Amino acid sequence: MNESVSIRPHGDGPAVHHERGQRSVFCGLTGIVWLHRKIQDAFFLVVGSRTCAHLIQSAAGVMIFAEPRFATAILDQRDLAGLADVHDELDSVVGRLLERRPDIKLLFLVGSCPSEVIKIDLVRAAQRLNAKHAPKARVISYSGSGIEKTFTEGEDACLAALVPTLPAEPATAAPSLMVVGALADIVEDQFAGLFKDMGVDARFLPARRADAMPAVGPNTRFILAQPFLAETARALEARGARRIAAPYPLGAEGTTLWLKAAAETFDVPAEKFEAAIAPGLARAQMTLARQREKLGGKTIFFFPDSQLEIPLARFLAREVGMKPVDVSTPYLHRALMAEELAMLPAETRLNEGSDVDAQLDRVREKRPDITVCGLGLANPLEAEGLTTKWAIELLFTPIQGYDQAGDLAELFTRPLARRSRLEV
Amino acid sequence: MQLTLWTYEGPPHIGAMRVATGMKGLHFVLHAPQGDTYADLLFTMIERRAERPPVTYTTFQARDLGTDTAEVFKDAARAAYERHHPRAIIVGASCTAELIQDDPGGLAKTLGLPCPVIPLELSAYSRKENWGAAETLYRLARGLAGERRERPARARPLANLLGPTALGFRHRDDIIEITKLLNALGVDVNVTAPMGATPDDLTRLGDADFNVVLYPEVALPAAQYLEKAHGQPYTKTVPIGIGATRDFIAEVRKIANLPETAELPTSNLPWWSRSVDSTYLTGKRVFIFGDGTHVLAAERIAREEIGFDVVGLGTYSREFAREVRERAKLHNIEALITDDYLDVEKAIADAHPELVLGTQMERHISKRLRLPCAVISAPTHVQDFPARYAPQMGFEGANVIFDSWVHPLMMGLEEHLLGMFREDSEFHEHASHLGVSSAPAPAPIPTAAEQPVAAAPTAAAASSPVEPQWTDEATKELKKIPFFVRGKARGNTEKYARERGLTTISVGTLYDAKAHYGR
Ligand code: SF4
Ligand code: SF4
Repeated sequence: MNESVSIRPHGDGPAVHHERGQRSVFCGLTGIVWLHRKIQDAFFLVVGSRTCAHLIQSAAGVMIFAEPRFATAILDQRDLAGLADVHDELDSVVGRLLERRPDIKLLFLVGSCPSEVIKIDLVRAAQRLNAKHAPKARVISYSGSGIEKTFTEGEDACLAALVPTLPAEPATAAPSLMVVGALADIVEDQFAGLFKDMGVDARFLPARRADAMPAVGPNTRFILAQPFLAETARALEARGARRIAAPYPLGAEGTTLWLKAAAETFDVPAEKFEAAIAPGLARAQMTLARQREKLGGKTIFFFPDSQLEIPLARFLAREVGMKPVDVSTPYLHRALMAEELAMLPAETRLNEGSDVDAQLDRVREKRPDITVCGLGLANPLEAEGLTTKWAIELLFTPIQGYDQAGDLAELFTRPLARRSRLEV
Repeated sequence: MQLTLWTYEGPPHIGAMRVATGMKGLHFVLHAPQGDTYADLLFTMIERRAERPPVTYTTFQARDLGTDTAEVFKDAARAAYERHHPRAIIVGASCTAELIQDDPGGLAKTLGLPCPVIPLELSAYSRKENWGAAETLYRLARGLAGERRERPARARPLANLLGPTALGFRHRDDIIEITKLLNALGVDVNVTAPMGATPDDLTRLGDADFNVVLYPEVALPAAQYLEKAHGQPYTKTVPIGIGATRDFIAEVRKIANLPETAELPTSNLPWWSRSVDSTYLTGKRVFIFGDGTHVLAAERIAREEIGFDVVGLGTYSREFAREVRERAKLHNIEALITDDYLDVEKAIADAHPELVLGTQMERHISKRLRLPCAVISAPTHVQDFPARYAPQMGFEGANVIFDSWVHPLMMGLEEHLLGMFREDSEFHEHASHLGVSSAPAPAPIPTAAEQPVAAAPTAAAASSPVEPQWTDEATKELKKIPFFVRGKARGNTEKYARERGLTTISVGTLYDAKAHYGR
């Protein structure tokens, strides 16, 4: 909100506690639920167990019946005993699948804990299948396993696996902007429009279609729209692209700083920048002022979940006046979070990692006004009289950009409003 | 390797969780990767439980694999005991931990925890959820019920209720209903397990005179064990439906040597079903799919108590395949034994039922095929864990079943009538019981060709590019058909014409179609 905030602030933010213990988080397979909707001609085939299939079914809810583009190849006793050659089995499953779904242009083989523990080489399998099915359908692999990936890291692994397959941009190409991270289509369109008004042509990774993925090269500048994309950032840098450091586009301030970082990189004149953002910024500030009345002064506690916790806490603290008392993130990538950390209130207790029992002890002691947590914890905490906001909704709902800033705050207002209404 | 999108059952450790979560004072230490904790939300969201399931997951990660996942397990088990002080612990491995071959049972033993520790072998790659629940209950009964002992002669016999678990379809209310029924018969309930029981309660299982098996999927192995080890007979009839409840009562009386004097509750189903309002239910084509217990019960109710025709019968419980096949023979149909919902979808589409009784999946399939549907079996979603009392078992259960099966049909009929009335001017959408309405004049009545085809909206369009046209005579003839079947007649006729590639519908076509669809 405060225009005068420095875009590359100094200072490292609050001290970080490290926790280790029982983790109550989704595995990286869950990313499939939103990724398959984003890339409209991709199919996600998990190579795993009945547990993996059950997880996706539990996380995907309704979507499971909308002719979804994901499935699980369930390993059985025969595969484990070596009676069946896993690679032959996989080839025939993929063959049948692509025959049945000729609309599929990009097939992801998604590794799981079981496939990794028994060391099924999905990278090789993908190469072999790619040789067989390209160019009709390309085949790429990545891991979404719980032993490797926590929740949103599944998207990171998926996009990082896509990067080596992106078309190469010639070294002589004009500088280009790539926005990285799956965004709701509506948000993507808003951002594309804003950049266009600034005279910058932005492309998005992932694209909505397999054959429209953006090219990458030494003149590519990329900006992360999501904080959990460390591996993808590294893969892009390995192809010569350079990252634009910025806070994440949550809230009016976050969105402004994020856009500004990109605009500065592309030497957008100040008036042009101001003119482009002015209407959106004004709308966001107006809606946030209303939310501030409801949320100002309230304390908030984050369980670790998606790596969105820090930018969310920053937004809630600075733009609607909440007090983040305890913020946990499953992983903290310092370099990618530097701008955010500098803006987080110094008195916030910041934790990396998870020890769910210790966190439960703290939440009971601190009794925050709102607790952001997973679905396995929400009802039990409500039953203890705490107000909760379930975290997964923050991944499924459009929350980035100016025109979603009010909605984002509203996600936190609603549970409080509900609690104050109920008389029984 | 099996390509799967939707699974009717989770992996076996989910079954173990259902047992542990149903009980009190039992803790489950599950060797599993981070991520497998998703299972908590089934209990906290779908069943709306107010506590976390009593499960500690080791949540090992890749970096633990190189070193010592066994240590991770031991730490977690020790910490779980310290924090929760359970009266007993069960330990097991999820699919991934099964592969890394730590032995949870052996490891837990070395810790010397001051409570019974019962190891489970869950066979994640060949078994499923219900088997996991049954195996867990069996291991608990074996581990905790102790030695066979003398039972005193009692004025009122004692029974255990076996089988209800967390996340069971209507288990909460079935317990209440059957407890009431047994009490009315003169039987007291000793232990209900696993739902509501503590490990200490399980040590008293042997005190009962017999066992009531509510859900064979879960309770049968434990009941068979208790019969052998403690000499307790168990009931074979599952009391869902009027006939089955009466048989169950007779069975209990025989096992417990009870006189036939007790005054029992009654049910509305027999009269509701005989009342003339129900005549239209006769011979309605019904398709039934679900777990073995509920499918077998539903088949009997459909056949004997409501008067439906069963045109499809199947189950995803392979353990019940033989019985379900036997029952299917009564209807001259082939039973469908599968856990692939695509097979079920195809079978439903082929059977042309007028009502589908099934699980959550059949609900979705029915929605897609635009068929009325009622849920009779797990897996179900949050709306089938209702706030109100809604048993399936006993006499009140029969009331609930009658209402919930007939309700979607009534709705179906209403919808159908509304669809037909739409073309009669007095039923236009702005008509009001209050007389002349101030609403704007009705929109022009759509012609036959514009009307949505009620009978077969999906199959239709594909078969023929040209819409068959009604001749004037045929249109006149159609108007002579009573209005309440006119819409159906038109839909059927157009479908019939389309399927045969006819471009015009004559009076002859109308009657050919009637003959074709008539039964
Ligand atoms: S944590 Fe591992 S085993 Fe569990 S669902 Fe995720 S990938 Fe599958
Ligand atoms: S739509 Fe609702 S009822 Fe159906 S599976 Fe999804 S969440 Fe369950």
